[in-house]
Amino acid sequence: MSLPARVTTLVIAFLAVVAGVLFVALHFIGSQPPVEDYTPYASGGQVNVFLQTDPQTTVTDKPDWVTYFIQDPQTKQWVHTTYFAVPANTKVNVTILGYDGCTPLRNPYWGKVTGTMGNVENVSYFNGKTYSASTPISSFNSYAQCSVQHTFAIPGLGLNVPVASPTTVSENNNLCSVSPCVADNSSGALAPHTVVKFSFMTPKAGGTFRWQCFIPCGGGYLDGNGGPMGTPGYMMGQMEVQA
Amino acid sequence: MAADASSPAPAGATDGGRRDGLWLAVLWVILSAVCCVLVYFVWGPHLPPGDQSNSAASQQFDIKVLGTIATPVIVGVLLYFGWALTFWRQKPGDETDAAPIHGNARIQVTWITVTSAIVLGLAVFGTYELIAPAGAGGGEGPQPIWKPAGTVTASDTSWSPGTKNILQVQVIGQQWAWTYRYPQFGGFETTQLELPVNEPVQFNVTSLDVIHSFWAYQLGVKADANPDVNNVAYTTPQHTGQFVVRCDELCGIWHGAMYNYGEVVSDSAFMTWAQQTRTQLAAVTKLLPPYALTYDPTDISNLGKVNQQLGLTGAGGGYYNPADPEQP
Repeated sequence: MSLPARVTTLVIAFLAVVAGVLFVALHFIGSQPPVEDYTPYASGGQVNVFLQTDPQTTVTDKPDWVTYFIQDPQTKQWVHTTYFAVPANTKVNVTILGYDGCTPLRNPYWGKVTGTMGNVENVSYFNGKTYSASTPISSFNSYAQCSVQHTFAIPGLGLNVPVASPTTVSENNNLCSVSPCVADNSSGALAPHTVVKFSFMTPKAGGTFRWQCFIPCGGGYLDGNGGPMGTPGYMMGQMEVQA
Repeated sequence: MAADASSPAPAGATDGGRRDGLWLAVLWVILSAVCCVLVYFVWGPHLPPGDQSNSAASQQFDIKVLGTIATPVIVGVLLYFGWALTFWRQKPGDETDAAPIHGNARIQVTWITVTSAIVLGLAVFGTYELIAPAGAGGGEGPQPIWKPAGTVTASDTSWSPGTKNILQVQVIGQQWAWTYRYPQFGGFETTQLELPVNEPVQFNVTSLDVIHSFWAYQLGVKADANPDVNNVAYTTPQHTGQFVVRCDELCGIWHGAMYNYGEVVSDSAFMTWAQQTRTQLAAVTKLLPPYALTYDPTDISNLGKVNQQLGLTGAGGGYYNPADPEQP
Protein backbone atom coordinates (compact mmCIF):
# COMPACT_ATOMS: atom_id res chain seq x y z
CA MET A 1 0.00 0.00 0.00
CA SER A 2 1.34 3.39 -0.96
CA LEU A 3 2.08 6.07 1.58
CA PRO A 4 -0.88 8.29 0.55
CA ALA A 5 -3.21 5.30 0.78
CA ARG A 6 -1.94 4.42 4.24
CA VAL A 7 -2.31 7.98 5.43
CA THR A 8 -5.81 8.17 4.00
CA THR A 9 -6.77 4.90 5.69
CA LEU A 10 -5.37 6.10 8.98
CA VAL A 11 -7.25 9.39 8.78
CA ILE A 12 -10.51 7.65 7.91
CA ALA A 13 -10.09 5.19 10.75
CA PHE A 14 -9.35 8.01 13.17
CA LEU A 15 -12.40 9.97 12.05
CA ALA A 16 -14.55 6.85 12.38
CA VAL A 17 -13.44 6.37 15.97
CA VAL A 18 -14.07 10.04 16.77
CA ALA A 19 -17.52 9.84 15.17
CA GLY A 20 -18.31 6.75 17.21
CA VAL A 21 -17.28 8.40 20.45
CA LEU A 22 -19.29 11.51 19.65
CA PHE A 23 -22.34 9.41 18.80
CA VAL A 24 -22.17 7.55 22.10
CA ALA A 25 -21.59 10.76 24.04
CA LEU A 26 -24.41 12.68 22.42
CA HIS A 27 -26.90 9.88 21.97
CA PHE A 28 -26.61 8.08 25.30
CA ILE A 29 -24.92 10.42 27.71
CA GLY A 30 -25.92 13.84 26.47
CA SER A 31 -29.58 13.11 25.92
CA GLN A 32 -32.14 13.21 28.67
CA PRO A 33 -35.91 13.17 28.78
CA PRO A 34 -37.71 16.48 28.43
CA VAL A 35 -38.46 18.46 31.58
CA GLU A 36 -42.09 19.27 32.26
CA ASP A 37 -41.96 22.67 33.88
CA TYR A 38 -44.81 23.22 36.36
CA THR A 39 -43.22 26.32 37.83
CA PRO A 40 -45.26 28.91 35.87
CA TYR A 41 -48.47 27.11 36.83
CA ALA A 42 -48.07 27.50 40.59
CA SER A 43 -50.49 29.81 42.32
CA GLY A 44 -51.34 30.51 45.94
CA GLY A 45 -48.26 28.61 47.08
CA GLN A 46 -49.45 25.42 45.43
CA VAL A 47 -48.91 23.54 42.20
CA ASN A 48 -50.63 20.45 40.81
CA VAL A 49 -48.52 17.72 39.21
CA PHE A 50 -49.98 14.77 37.28
CA LEU A 51 -48.23 11.47 36.61
CA GLN A 52 -49.29 8.01 35.52
CA THR A 53 -47.75 4.56 35.62
CA ASP A 54 -48.14 2.24 32.67
CA PRO A 55 -47.46 -1.49 32.37
CA GLN A 56 -45.82 -0.91 29.00
CA THR A 57 -44.24 1.80 26.88
CA THR A 58 -45.70 1.39 23.45
CA VAL A 59 -44.58 4.86 22.42
CA THR A 60 -40.91 3.82 22.48
CA ASP A 61 -38.77 1.00 21.15
CA LYS A 62 -39.03 -0.64 24.59
CA PRO A 63 -42.69 -1.63 24.54
CA ASP A 64 -42.38 -4.19 27.35
CA TRP A 65 -40.86 -1.76 29.83
CA VAL A 66 -43.01 -0.32 32.60
CA THR A 67 -42.88 3.42 32.81
CA TYR A 68 -44.08 6.70 34.22
CA PHE A 69 -45.62 9.47 32.13
CA ILE A 70 -45.98 13.12 33.14
CA GLN A 71 -48.75 15.38 31.94
CA ASP A 72 -47.70 18.53 30.15
CA PRO A 73 -49.21 21.36 32.24
CA GLN A 74 -49.99 23.45 29.15
CA THR A 75 -51.24 20.97 26.55
CA LYS A 76 -52.52 18.37 29.04
CA GLN A 77 -50.91 15.73 26.86
CA TRP A 78 -49.10 12.82 28.52
CA VAL A 79 -45.38 13.04 27.81
CA HIS A 80 -42.99 10.14 28.13
CA THR A 81 -40.61 11.64 30.68
CA THR A 82 -39.78 11.49 34.36
CA TYR A 83 -38.25 14.94 34.68
CA PHE A 84 -40.29 17.79 36.06
CA ALA A 85 -39.73 21.16 37.67
CA VAL A 86 -41.60 22.80 40.54
CA PRO A 87 -41.02 25.99 42.52
CA ALA A 88 -39.31 26.02 45.91
CA ASN A 89 -41.21 26.34 49.18
CA THR A 90 -44.42 25.28 47.50
CA LYS A 91 -47.07 22.72 48.29
CA VAL A 92 -47.00 20.14 45.52
CA ASN A 93 -50.28 18.30 45.00
CA VAL A 94 -49.46 15.11 43.13
CA THR A 95 -51.95 12.89 41.35
CA ILE A 96 -50.74 9.53 40.08
CA LEU A 97 -52.96 7.42 37.85
CA GLY A 98 -51.79 3.89 38.53
CA TYR A 99 -52.48 1.71 35.52
CA ASP A 100 -50.09 -1.16 36.32
CA GLY A 101 -50.86 -4.39 38.18
CA CYS A 102 -49.76 -5.41 41.65
CA THR A 103 -46.33 -6.67 42.66
CA PRO A 104 -44.97 -7.38 46.16
CA LEU A 105 -42.40 -4.93 47.43
CA ARG A 106 -38.93 -6.36 47.70
CA ASN A 107 -38.60 -4.57 51.02
CA PRO A 108 -41.96 -4.26 52.79
CA TYR A 109 -40.62 -1.18 54.59
CA TRP A 110 -41.42 0.83 51.47
CA GLY A 111 -45.08 -0.01 51.99
CA LYS A 112 -45.28 2.84 54.49
CA VAL A 113 -46.24 6.31 53.32
CA THR A 114 -43.71 8.87 54.55
CA GLY A 115 -42.93 12.48 53.85
CA THR A 116 -46.38 13.49 52.64
CA MET A 117 -48.66 15.85 54.48
CA GLY A 118 -50.24 13.75 57.18
CA ASN A 119 -48.07 10.81 56.13
CA VAL A 120 -50.97 9.47 54.08
CA GLU A 121 -52.00 9.14 50.46
CA ASN A 122 -55.59 9.24 49.27
CA VAL A 123 -56.59 6.41 47.00
CA SER A 124 -59.57 5.90 44.73
CA TYR A 125 -60.05 2.69 42.77
CA PHE A 126 -61.53 2.55 39.27
CA ASN A 127 -62.75 -0.93 38.41
CA GLY A 128 -63.48 -0.20 34.77
CA LYS A 129 -66.89 1.24 35.48
CA THR A 130 -66.96 3.38 38.60
CA TYR A 131 -64.60 5.15 40.97
CA SER A 132 -64.61 4.30 44.65
CA ALA A 133 -64.54 7.04 47.24
CA SER A 134 -61.06 8.38 47.94
CA THR A 135 -59.74 7.07 51.26
CA PRO A 136 -56.56 7.93 53.17
CA ILE A 137 -54.03 5.10 53.51
CA SER A 138 -50.82 5.16 55.56
CA SER A 139 -49.32 1.75 54.77
CA PHE A 140 -49.78 -1.22 52.44
CA ASN A 141 -49.19 -4.91 53.01
CA SER A 142 -48.14 -5.98 49.54
CA TYR A 143 -47.46 -9.53 50.72
CA ALA A 144 -50.91 -10.30 52.00
CA GLN A 145 -52.84 -8.25 49.48
CA CYS A 146 -52.66 -7.35 45.84
CA SER A 147 -52.27 -3.71 46.68
CA VAL A 148 -49.12 -2.02 45.36
CA GLN A 149 -47.75 -1.63 41.85
CA HIS A 150 -44.83 0.81 42.17
CA THR A 151 -43.54 3.49 44.49
CA PHE A 152 -42.83 7.17 44.01
CA ALA A 153 -39.94 7.97 46.32
CA ILE A 154 -37.71 11.01 46.72
CA PRO A 155 -35.12 9.79 49.24
CA GLY A 156 -33.59 13.25 49.59
CA LEU A 157 -36.86 14.54 51.02
CA GLY A 158 -37.79 11.41 52.95
CA LEU A 159 -40.78 11.01 50.65
CA ASN A 160 -42.09 7.51 49.94
CA VAL A 161 -45.47 6.84 48.36
CA PRO A 162 -46.51 3.31 47.40
CA VAL A 163 -48.67 3.54 44.30
CA ALA A 164 -51.80 1.52 44.95
CA SER A 165 -52.79 -1.03 42.34
CA PRO A 166 -56.04 -2.53 41.13
CA THR A 167 -56.87 -5.37 43.49
CA THR A 168 -58.88 -8.05 41.71
CA VAL A 169 -57.89 -10.77 39.30
CA SER A 170 -60.03 -9.50 36.47
CA GLU A 171 -58.72 -5.97 36.86
CA ASN A 172 -55.10 -7.08 36.96
CA ASN A 173 -55.57 -9.30 33.93
CA ASN A 174 -57.24 -6.53 31.94
CA LEU A 175 -54.80 -3.71 32.34
CA CYS A 176 -54.31 -0.91 29.90
CA SER A 177 -52.42 -2.21 26.88
CA VAL A 178 -51.50 0.95 25.01
CA SER A 179 -49.59 3.82 26.53
CA PRO A 180 -50.22 6.46 27.60
CA CYS A 181 -53.22 4.92 29.27
CA VAL A 182 -55.82 7.58 28.66
CA ALA A 183 -58.14 5.03 27.21
CA ASP A 184 -57.80 1.40 26.33
CA ASN A 185 -57.67 1.55 22.58
CA SER A 186 -59.17 -1.87 22.12
CA SER A 187 -62.39 -1.00 23.87
CA GLY A 188 -62.33 2.74 23.88
CA ALA A 189 -62.91 2.74 27.63
CA LEU A 190 -60.69 3.49 30.58
CA ALA A 191 -58.81 0.49 31.90
CA PRO A 192 -58.87 -0.39 35.62
CA HIS A 193 -56.57 1.87 37.57
CA THR A 194 -56.09 3.75 40.81
CA VAL A 195 -56.04 7.46 41.52
CA VAL A 196 -53.39 8.25 44.13
CA LYS A 197 -53.27 11.75 45.57
CA PHE A 198 -50.83 13.24 48.07
CA SER A 199 -49.15 16.52 48.88
CA PHE A 200 -45.72 17.52 50.07
CA MET A 201 -43.71 20.72 50.50
CA THR A 202 -40.70 21.48 48.38
CA PRO A 203 -37.67 22.78 50.26
CA LYS A 204 -37.04 26.51 50.54
CA ALA A 205 -33.77 26.21 48.70
CA GLY A 206 -33.57 25.04 45.13
CA GLY A 207 -31.93 21.87 44.00
CA THR A 208 -32.28 18.70 42.00
CA PHE A 209 -33.82 15.71 43.71
CA ARG A 210 -33.78 12.27 42.18
CA TRP A 211 -36.81 10.08 42.52
CA GLN A 212 -37.30 6.44 41.84
CA CYS A 213 -39.48 3.36 42.19
CA PHE A 214 -38.42 0.98 44.96
CA ILE A 215 -40.06 -2.06 43.40
CA PRO A 216 -37.47 -3.64 41.11
CA CYS A 217 -39.78 -3.83 38.13
CA GLY A 218 -37.31 -4.35 35.32
CA GLY A 219 -38.76 -7.65 34.25
CA GLY A 220 -36.24 -9.93 32.54
CA TYR A 221 -33.25 -8.20 34.10
CA LEU A 222 -31.12 -9.48 36.95
CA ASP A 223 -33.21 -9.17 40.11
CA GLY A 224 -35.45 -6.76 38.25
CA ASN A 225 -33.02 -3.90 38.66
CA GLY A 226 -32.04 -3.22 35.07
CA GLY A 227 -33.89 -1.81 32.10
CA PRO A 228 -36.58 0.66 33.13
CA MET A 229 -35.25 0.80 36.71
CA GLY A 230 -31.98 2.25 35.54
CA THR A 231 -33.04 4.34 32.59
CA PRO A 232 -34.12 7.99 32.90
CA GLY A 233 -37.61 8.47 31.55
CA TYR A 234 -39.03 5.18 32.80
CA MET A 235 -39.05 4.33 36.52
CA MET A 236 -36.70 6.97 37.83
CA GLY A 237 -36.18 10.64 37.22
CA GLN A 238 -35.47 14.02 38.68
CA MET A 239 -37.45 16.79 40.29
CA GLU A 240 -35.92 20.21 39.84
CA VAL A 241 -36.85 22.60 42.61
CA GLN A 242 -36.44 26.15 41.34
CA ALA A 243 -35.75 28.81 43.96
CA MET B 1 27.83 15.97 37.82
CA ALA B 2 30.65 17.72 36.11
CA ALA B 3 33.52 15.55 37.35
CA ASP B 4 36.16 14.38 34.91
CA ALA B 5 35.77 10.68 34.14
CA SER B 6 39.51 10.20 34.03
CA SER B 7 39.96 11.58 37.51
CA PRO B 8 36.78 10.99 39.51
CA ALA B 9 36.17 13.16 42.52
CA PRO B 10 36.20 11.45 45.91
CA ALA B 11 32.81 10.41 47.22
CA GLY B 12 31.15 13.11 49.25
CA ALA B 13 33.36 15.92 48.05
CA THR B 14 32.88 18.06 44.97
CA ASP B 15 33.33 21.59 43.83
CA GLY B 16 35.48 23.78 46.01
CA GLY B 17 35.98 20.99 48.51
CA ARG B 18 32.37 21.18 49.67
CA ARG B 19 31.40 17.93 51.33
CA ASP B 20 28.02 17.35 49.67
CA GLY B 21 27.42 14.01 51.31
CA LEU B 22 27.90 15.41 54.78
CA TRP B 23 25.81 18.48 54.06
CA LEU B 24 23.03 16.35 52.63
CA ALA B 25 23.09 13.97 55.57
CA VAL B 26 22.99 16.75 58.15
CA LEU B 27 20.27 18.67 56.38
CA TRP B 28 18.28 15.49 55.85
CA VAL B 29 18.40 14.56 59.53
CA ILE B 30 17.40 18.05 60.67
CA LEU B 31 14.62 18.50 58.11
CA SER B 32 13.31 15.00 58.68
CA ALA B 33 13.14 15.51 62.42
CA VAL B 34 11.28 18.79 62.03
CA CYS B 35 8.90 17.48 59.37
CA CYS B 36 8.18 14.25 61.28
CA VAL B 37 7.13 16.27 64.31
CA LEU B 38 4.95 18.50 62.14
CA VAL B 39 3.35 15.56 60.32
CA TYR B 40 2.57 13.62 63.48
CA PHE B 41 1.54 16.36 65.87
CA VAL B 42 0.28 19.19 63.65
CA TRP B 43 -1.11 17.54 60.52
CA GLY B 44 -1.89 14.18 62.12
CA PRO B 45 -4.95 15.19 64.16
CA HIS B 46 -6.56 16.50 60.97
CA LEU B 47 -5.95 13.43 58.87
CA PRO B 48 -8.96 11.38 57.76
CA PRO B 49 -11.19 9.84 58.91
CA GLY B 50 -10.96 11.73 62.23
CA ASP B 51 -11.59 10.27 65.63
CA GLN B 52 -15.37 10.02 65.98
CA SER B 53 -15.05 6.32 66.78
CA ASN B 54 -12.34 4.04 68.08
CA SER B 55 -11.93 2.47 64.64
CA ALA B 56 -11.65 5.89 63.00
CA ALA B 57 -9.09 6.96 65.58
CA SER B 58 -7.20 3.74 64.98
CA GLN B 59 -7.13 4.40 61.25
CA GLN B 60 -6.03 7.97 61.82
CA PHE B 61 -3.20 6.73 64.04
CA ASP B 62 -2.12 4.28 61.34
CA ILE B 63 -2.07 7.02 58.73
CA LYS B 64 -0.12 9.27 61.09
CA VAL B 65 2.47 6.56 61.68
CA LEU B 66 2.78 5.70 57.99
CA GLY B 67 2.95 9.37 57.09
CA THR B 68 5.67 9.96 59.66
CA ILE B 69 7.66 6.98 58.40
CA ALA B 70 7.32 8.21 54.82
CA THR B 71 8.35 11.74 55.70
CA PRO B 72 12.15 11.16 55.81
CA VAL B 73 11.95 9.40 52.47
CA ILE B 74 10.06 12.27 50.87
CA VAL B 75 12.35 14.82 52.50
CA GLY B 76 15.40 12.93 51.27
CA VAL B 77 14.15 12.75 47.69
CA LEU B 78 13.18 16.42 47.60
CA LEU B 79 16.39 17.51 49.30
CA TYR B 80 18.55 15.52 46.90
CA PHE B 81 16.53 16.85 43.97
CA GLY B 82 16.93 20.45 45.13
CA TRP B 83 20.61 19.99 45.89
CA ALA B 84 21.24 18.55 42.43
CA LEU B 85 19.38 21.39 40.77
CA THR B 86 21.30 23.96 42.77
CA PHE B 87 24.88 22.67 42.94
CA TRP B 88 25.26 19.96 40.35
CA ARG B 89 24.08 21.82 37.31
CA GLN B 90 25.94 21.13 34.10
CA LYS B 91 28.22 23.99 33.20
CA PRO B 92 28.13 25.45 29.67
CA GLY B 93 30.34 23.44 27.35
CA ASP B 94 30.86 20.66 29.85
CA GLU B 95 29.82 17.40 28.15
CA THR B 96 31.78 14.98 30.32
CA ASP B 97 30.09 12.09 32.03
CA ALA B 98 29.90 11.47 35.73
CA ALA B 99 32.23 9.12 37.54
CA PRO B 100 31.13 5.47 37.21
CA ILE B 101 30.05 3.58 40.30
CA HIS B 102 30.82 -0.13 40.38
CA GLY B 103 28.91 -1.32 43.36
CA ASN B 104 29.23 -0.75 47.05
CA ALA B 105 28.63 -3.73 49.27
CA ARG B 106 28.14 -1.63 52.37
CA ILE B 107 25.46 0.48 50.74
CA GLN B 108 23.73 -2.60 49.30
CA VAL B 109 23.67 -4.42 52.62
CA THR B 110 22.48 -1.33 54.40
CA TRP B 111 19.74 -0.75 51.81
CA ILE B 112 18.45 -4.33 51.93
CA THR B 113 18.60 -4.46 55.71
CA VAL B 114 16.81 -1.18 56.27
CA THR B 115 14.08 -1.74 53.68
CA SER B 116 13.51 -5.30 54.91
CA ALA B 117 13.22 -4.08 58.46
CA ILE B 118 10.73 -1.41 57.41
CA VAL B 119 8.59 -3.85 55.41
CA LEU B 120 8.58 -6.50 58.12
CA GLY B 121 7.95 -3.90 60.79
CA LEU B 122 5.00 -2.54 58.87
CA ALA B 123 3.63 -6.05 58.42
CA VAL B 124 3.72 -6.62 62.17
CA PHE B 125 2.36 -3.13 62.85
CA GLY B 126 -0.45 -3.56 60.29
CA THR B 127 -1.44 -6.95 61.63
CA TYR B 128 -1.55 -5.65 65.19
CA GLU B 129 -3.56 -2.62 64.12
CA LEU B 130 -6.06 -4.87 62.38
CA ILE B 131 -6.50 -7.25 65.30
CA ALA B 132 -6.38 -4.90 68.29
CA PRO B 133 -9.30 -2.64 67.29
CA ALA B 134 -11.49 -5.65 66.34
CA GLY B 135 -11.09 -5.50 62.62
CA ALA B 136 -10.45 -1.75 62.56
CA GLY B 137 -13.96 -1.03 61.33
CA GLY B 138 -13.72 -3.30 58.31
CA GLY B 139 -16.16 -6.02 57.37
CA GLU B 140 -15.03 -9.36 58.81
CA GLY B 141 -17.52 -11.60 57.05
CA PRO B 142 -20.26 -13.66 58.70
CA GLN B 143 -17.93 -15.28 61.27
CA PRO B 144 -15.84 -12.44 62.68
CA ILE B 145 -12.59 -13.48 64.30
CA TRP B 146 -11.95 -10.30 66.23
CA LYS B 147 -14.64 -8.86 68.48
CA PRO B 148 -14.50 -5.82 70.75
CA ALA B 149 -12.94 -6.80 74.05
CA GLY B 150 -15.35 -7.22 76.92
CA THR B 151 -18.49 -7.50 74.79
CA VAL B 152 -20.90 -10.35 74.36
CA THR B 153 -24.10 -10.92 72.45
CA ALA B 154 -26.12 -11.55 75.57
CA SER B 155 -29.44 -10.79 73.92
CA ASP B 156 -30.63 -10.33 70.37
CA THR B 157 -33.94 -8.93 71.52
CA SER B 158 -33.08 -6.28 74.09
CA TRP B 159 -30.36 -3.78 74.83
CA SER B 160 -29.63 -1.16 77.42
CA PRO B 161 -26.68 1.22 77.82
CA GLY B 162 -23.72 0.40 80.00
CA THR B 163 -23.89 -3.37 79.64
CA LYS B 164 -21.55 -5.78 77.91
CA ASN B 165 -24.37 -6.68 75.55
CA ILE B 166 -23.34 -5.26 72.20
CA LEU B 167 -25.79 -3.11 70.23
CA GLN B 168 -26.89 -4.80 67.01
CA VAL B 169 -27.63 -2.68 63.95
CA GLN B 170 -28.48 -4.29 60.66
CA VAL B 171 -27.53 -2.33 57.56
CA ILE B 172 -29.59 -3.18 54.47
CA GLY B 173 -28.46 -1.94 51.07
CA GLN B 174 -30.88 -1.72 48.17
CA GLN B 175 -30.88 0.22 44.96
CA TRP B 176 -30.56 3.04 45.94
CA ALA B 177 -30.98 3.59 49.64
CA TRP B 178 -29.79 2.39 53.03
CA THR B 179 -32.20 1.19 55.68
CA TYR B 180 -31.36 0.05 59.20
CA ARG B 181 -32.98 -2.51 61.46
CA TYR B 182 -32.64 -2.59 65.23
CA PRO B 183 -33.44 -6.18 66.30
CA GLN B 184 -33.04 -5.38 70.00
CA PHE B 185 -35.85 -2.83 69.74
CA GLY B 186 -38.53 -4.94 68.16
CA GLY B 187 -36.82 -5.16 64.78
CA PHE B 188 -38.06 -1.86 63.44
CA GLU B 189 -36.59 -0.63 60.16
CA THR B 190 -35.81 2.99 59.39
CA THR B 191 -33.80 5.21 57.10
CA GLN B 192 -32.25 6.90 60.15
CA LEU B 193 -29.00 5.63 61.64
CA GLU B 194 -28.69 6.66 65.27
CA LEU B 195 -25.96 5.34 67.57
CA PRO B 196 -25.20 5.85 71.28
CA VAL B 197 -21.84 7.31 72.22
CA ASN B 198 -19.23 5.12 73.92
CA GLU B 199 -21.22 1.94 73.32
CA PRO B 200 -19.80 -0.85 71.13
CA VAL B 201 -21.86 -1.44 68.00
CA GLN B 202 -22.06 -4.49 65.77
CA PHE B 203 -23.09 -3.73 62.19
CA ASN B 204 -24.63 -6.64 60.32
CA VAL B 205 -24.34 -5.55 56.71
CA THR B 206 -26.30 -7.18 53.88
CA SER B 207 -28.02 -6.34 50.61
CA LEU B 208 -31.35 -7.05 48.99
CA ASP B 209 -30.09 -6.88 45.43
CA VAL B 210 -26.62 -6.12 44.11
CA ILE B 211 -23.31 -5.52 45.87
CA HIS B 212 -23.18 -2.25 47.79
CA SER B 213 -20.62 -1.08 50.34
CA PHE B 214 -21.56 0.50 53.64
CA TRP B 215 -19.11 3.30 54.34
CA ALA B 216 -19.70 5.33 57.48
CA TYR B 217 -16.84 7.69 56.75
CA GLN B 218 -16.29 9.53 60.04
CA LEU B 219 -16.78 6.29 61.98
CA GLY B 220 -14.09 4.54 59.97
CA VAL B 221 -16.47 1.70 59.18
CA LYS B 222 -16.56 0.13 55.76
CA ALA B 223 -18.11 -3.22 54.91
CA ASP B 224 -19.36 -4.62 51.63
CA ALA B 225 -23.08 -5.34 51.47
CA ASN B 226 -23.57 -8.58 49.57
CA PRO B 227 -26.90 -10.29 48.94
CA ASP B 228 -27.29 -13.44 51.04
CA VAL B 229 -24.21 -12.58 53.12
CA ASN B 230 -23.99 -11.11 56.62
CA ASN B 231 -20.85 -8.99 56.79
CA VAL B 232 -20.03 -8.01 60.38
CA ALA B 233 -18.14 -4.88 61.36
CA TYR B 234 -17.55 -3.31 64.78
CA THR B 235 -16.96 0.14 66.11
CA THR B 236 -17.41 2.20 69.25
CA PRO B 237 -18.41 5.84 68.67
CA GLN B 238 -16.36 8.18 70.85
CA HIS B 239 -17.87 11.56 70.09
CA THR B 240 -21.39 12.77 69.42
CA GLY B 241 -22.17 14.35 66.09
CA GLN B 242 -23.21 13.67 62.54
CA PHE B 243 -21.48 11.35 60.11
CA VAL B 244 -22.06 10.57 56.47
CA VAL B 245 -22.93 7.15 55.09
CA ARG B 246 -22.09 6.47 51.47
CA CYS B 247 -22.20 3.51 49.14
CA ASP B 248 -18.66 2.70 48.09
CA GLU B 249 -19.40 0.08 45.46
CA LEU B 250 -20.65 1.10 42.03
CA CYS B 251 -24.19 -0.22 42.19
CA GLY B 252 -26.17 1.39 39.38
CA ILE B 253 -27.24 4.69 37.96
CA TRP B 254 -28.03 6.34 41.32
CA HIS B 255 -24.96 4.99 43.08
CA GLY B 256 -23.67 8.51 43.53
CA ALA B 257 -26.89 9.55 45.25
CA MET B 258 -26.92 6.58 47.61
CA TYR B 259 -25.96 8.35 50.80
CA ASN B 260 -27.50 9.68 53.95
CA TYR B 261 -26.43 10.88 57.37
CA GLY B 262 -26.18 9.15 60.69
CA GLU B 263 -25.78 10.62 64.14
CA VAL B 264 -24.02 9.68 67.34
CA VAL B 265 -26.00 10.83 70.36
CA SER B 266 -25.96 10.37 74.12
CA ASP B 267 -27.23 7.15 75.66
CA SER B 268 -30.39 8.80 76.92
CA ALA B 269 -31.10 10.48 73.58
CA PHE B 270 -30.57 7.19 71.79
CA MET B 271 -32.92 5.32 74.08
CA THR B 272 -35.57 7.99 73.67
CA TRP B 273 -35.22 7.92 69.89
CA ALA B 274 -35.26 4.13 69.73
CA GLN B 275 -38.37 3.80 71.87
CA GLN B 276 -40.22 6.53 69.99
CA THR B 277 -39.27 5.17 66.59
CA ARG B 278 -40.26 1.68 67.64
CA THR B 279 -43.70 2.97 68.54
CA GLN B 280 -44.08 5.15 65.47
CA LEU B 281 -43.10 2.35 63.10
CA ALA B 282 -45.00 -0.44 64.82
CA ALA B 283 -47.55 -0.67 62.01
CA VAL B 284 -44.96 -1.16 59.28
CA THR B 285 -42.75 -3.35 61.47
CA LYS B 286 -45.55 -5.91 61.45
CA LEU B 287 -45.26 -6.09 57.68
CA LEU B 288 -41.54 -6.78 57.71
CA PRO B 289 -40.18 -10.31 57.47
CA PRO B 290 -38.88 -11.71 60.77
CA TYR B 291 -35.47 -10.35 61.61
CA ALA B 292 -32.77 -12.41 59.93
CA LEU B 293 -29.13 -11.88 59.11
CA THR B 294 -29.86 -12.03 55.37
CA TYR B 295 -32.94 -11.77 53.21
CA ASP B 296 -33.44 -13.52 49.91
CA PRO B 297 -36.24 -11.77 48.06
CA THR B 298 -36.97 -14.94 46.12
CA ASP B 299 -37.49 -16.83 49.36
CA ILE B 300 -39.38 -14.35 51.51
CA SER B 301 -42.40 -16.22 52.66
CA ASN B 302 -45.62 -15.26 50.98
CA LEU B 303 -43.76 -13.32 48.31
CA GLY B 304 -45.99 -13.32 45.30
CA LYS B 305 -48.23 -15.83 47.01
CA VAL B 306 -51.24 -13.63 46.81
CA ASN B 307 -50.52 -12.94 43.18
CA GLN B 308 -50.13 -16.62 42.39
CA GLN B 309 -53.32 -17.42 44.24
CA LEU B 310 -55.04 -14.77 42.21
CA GLY B 311 -53.72 -16.36 39.06
CA LEU B 312 -52.13 -13.19 37.79
CA THR B 313 -50.26 -13.57 34.56
CA GLY B 314 -48.41 -10.28 34.53
CA ALA B 315 -46.19 -9.13 37.38
CA GLY B 316 -46.45 -10.63 40.84
CA GLY B 317 -43.12 -12.09 41.81
CA GLY B 318 -42.05 -12.37 38.20
CA TYR B 319 -39.64 -9.53 38.73
CA TYR B 320 -37.74 -11.62 41.25
CA ASN B 321 -37.17 -14.58 38.99
CA PRO B 322 -33.71 -15.93 39.91
CA ALA B 323 -33.39 -17.23 36.35
CA ASP B 324 -33.22 -13.67 35.05
CA PRO B 325 -31.55 -12.41 33.04
CA GLU B 326 -32.30 -15.14 30.56
CA GLN B 327 -29.37 -13.99 28.44
CA PRO B 328 -26.60 -13.12 30.92
